[in-house]
Amino acid sequence: MDPAGFCRQARVFIVAGKGGVGKTTVSAALARMAATAGLTSLVVEVEPSGGLAAAFGRAEPLGYDPVELAPGVHGRALTADDALVEYLQDHGMGRLSRRLLSSGAVDVVATATPGIKDILVLGKVKALERSAAADVIVVDAPAAGHAVRFLTSAAGLLDAVRSGPIRAQAEDVAGLLGDPDRCQVLLVTLAEETPVNEVVETAYTLEDRVGVTLAPVVVNGLYPGVDGLEVDPEEAARAAGTHLRPGEAASLAQAAAFRRSRAHLQAEQVARLADALPLPQLRLPLLFSAEVGPPELDVLAGHLAAEIGTVAVGPPPELPADAGR
Amino acid sequence: MSSPGLADLVAEKSVVICCGPGGVGKTTTAGALGIAAAGSGRRACVVTIDPAKRLADALGLDELSDTPRRIDDGDRWPGELWALMLDTRSTFDALISRYAESPEQAQGILSNRLYRNITGALSGTQEYMAMEKLYELHQDDRFDLVVVDTPPSRNALDFLDAPRRLGRFLDNRVFRILMTPTRAYLKAVSVATQTFLRTVSKVVGADVIADAVAFFRAFEGMEQGFRDRAQAVEALLSDETVAFALVVTPRRDAVAEGLFFAAKLADSGLSVDALVINRAHPAFGASPGPDRARAASLAGTPLAPLYANRADLAELAERERRHIATVAADVDGASVVTVPFLADDVHDIAGLEEIAALLLADGEGSG
Repeated sequence: MDPAGFCRQARVFIVAGKGGVGKTTVSAALARMAATAGLTSLVVEVEPSGGLAAAFGRAEPLGYDPVELAPGVHGRALTADDALVEYLQDHGMGRLSRRLLSSGAVDVVATATPGIKDILVLGKVKALERSAAADVIVVDAPAAGHAVRFLTSAAGLLDAVRSGPIRAQAEDVAGLLGDPDRCQVLLVTLAEETPVNEVVETAYTLEDRVGVTLAPVVVNGLYPGVDGLEVDPEEAARAAGTHLRPGEAASLAQAAAFRRSRAHLQAEQVARLADALPLPQLRLPLLFSAEVGPPELDVLAGHLAAEIGTVAVGPPPELPADAGR
Repeated sequence: MSSPGLADLVAEKSVVICCGPGGVGKTTTAGALGIAAAGSGRRACVVTIDPAKRLADALGLDELSDTPRRIDDGDRWPGELWALMLDTRSTFDALISRYAESPEQAQGILSNRLYRNITGALSGTQEYMAMEKLYELHQDDRFDLVVVDTPPSRNALDFLDAPRRLGRFLDNRVFRILMTPTRAYLKAVSVATQTFLRTVSKVVGADVIADAVAFFRAFEGMEQGFRDRAQAVEALLSDETVAFALVVTPRRDAVAEGLFFAAKLADSGLSVDALVINRAHPAFGASPGPDRARAASLAGTPLAPLYANRADLAELAERERRHIATVAADVDGASVVTVPFLADDVHDIAGLEEIAALLLADGEGSG
């Protein structure tokens, strides 16, 4: 599949994963890749942390108003409070909304109606989708278990609220999430035990409870393979016609053993993930040199495009029923 | 001035609160500190929140619970290790029952729909219940030390605000006024509030308002008890027998969040006593620059990949050291402990003991 074709499968990609797996970096790389492929993209940060802005080389975090992060890439924050204020404004309560928020009255309503904040955020995403705010809208979802709550909010609210505009909103959101031509979820994990367990659980929960279509799963932070780490440093030095300083052989051997052991453990987890979750995998390398800034983002976007190139064209696979648990 | 190391904290303090961003190994750190305390002869209780399954298994925790369970009754440690996996709902229920004036009042609240939603939907509730449980266990004579793991929310220091926030929620004026709908009070309800409530009724249905009114009515008379308790919990946090351990990984995002936590603690007049850096990569005594040069000049020989690899790892370690230095400088006065990247997740008590040994190994360490 080519990158543009991949991105055109749906307008909305929700990027979800446990904290610390690189969800924000993957969101940024996906948006960058889409732009490189000639599409416009908009990244929406639901829990603004500054990480997205930093990946594009900006010091200040994103705000409510979209800003251009790179050619063809815009970004904005969209918190639950933002969405709520906008909703109240749309319902003729503009001047009061901030005060109501600070009075705590909104907390009471939000508690009485679980999922309402998530619905408002997703409702806003749906509005962005409907107005074709960009060719590709990448949503950097809340971390960990919150992602499941975030995405199941529509289903939960439909059970709890029987009529009114919020119910209509929830129906719209459920419609968006359930339509593979409009929205897909890209799960991100590391090749480590706990993140793999959690991503498998999240995948099945989301498919069962939300009926959302899962895009390939991104496996982030893989040690790039290096050949020739099995050799004994002393022998290698003799073959190279040189000598090693005292202690040098031991240090080189330890570093090589560390890399091989990490790569081996990661390969085991990648295989375990493949067994437990029959989705194509997009594998991204660990970058040794620097934190992710614009140049690194280009490297990752390039890797993402190459990995997508290996994914077969066709509708995304459905998970087998009752598997993986 | 030499700061007390983690060994001193687990030997002397009565509470250690592990805070930090999600996914950095807070629960593992909390478990290991509990073991360290038990190893030094103390009776320790570890309060965990949503641990990874195998870690929960390692601690012998198979279900959410309200009561601590003793781990490994044998003579593994001179002290004792207890653990519990926080059940937000039952902790809250117990609190309601304690402060209700009658069983009927408790029942009225426990069966209210808004109340039943609180534990899942009101942000900060889990944090508050963790602090509540901490307070309760702190007063329990069975334990010398309580180690608590904080929930992995984005604003992971919500526990500092949680008692206040819940107090504000329970004190909500809008609903308080609604509960006594006399003419005089109705006048006091501002136009804004009336508009708001009308809109809310229209948007989410009148049920929501009815539930809220019923809840606040059922709750009447208990506010003071709750407020006092919340104040006591808050006061405990600034007690000198309470220590804060900030847990991070040496990565940009985790460090940024760590700095944010430290600043928030400072705002509340609290400070980080120990900084735990998890998952640090070793540098193998090398520097990336010379190793890259060596790899280039040896290109084509079997030595080249060995140098290239060590340069990669040294580069990673160097970057991590800069992050560690940033956060260590910010929490000046805290002891700094670096725990290396371990080959595998912790699955058992032996694994936690290994980490405990690393945590206690040095107090000044690698900053």
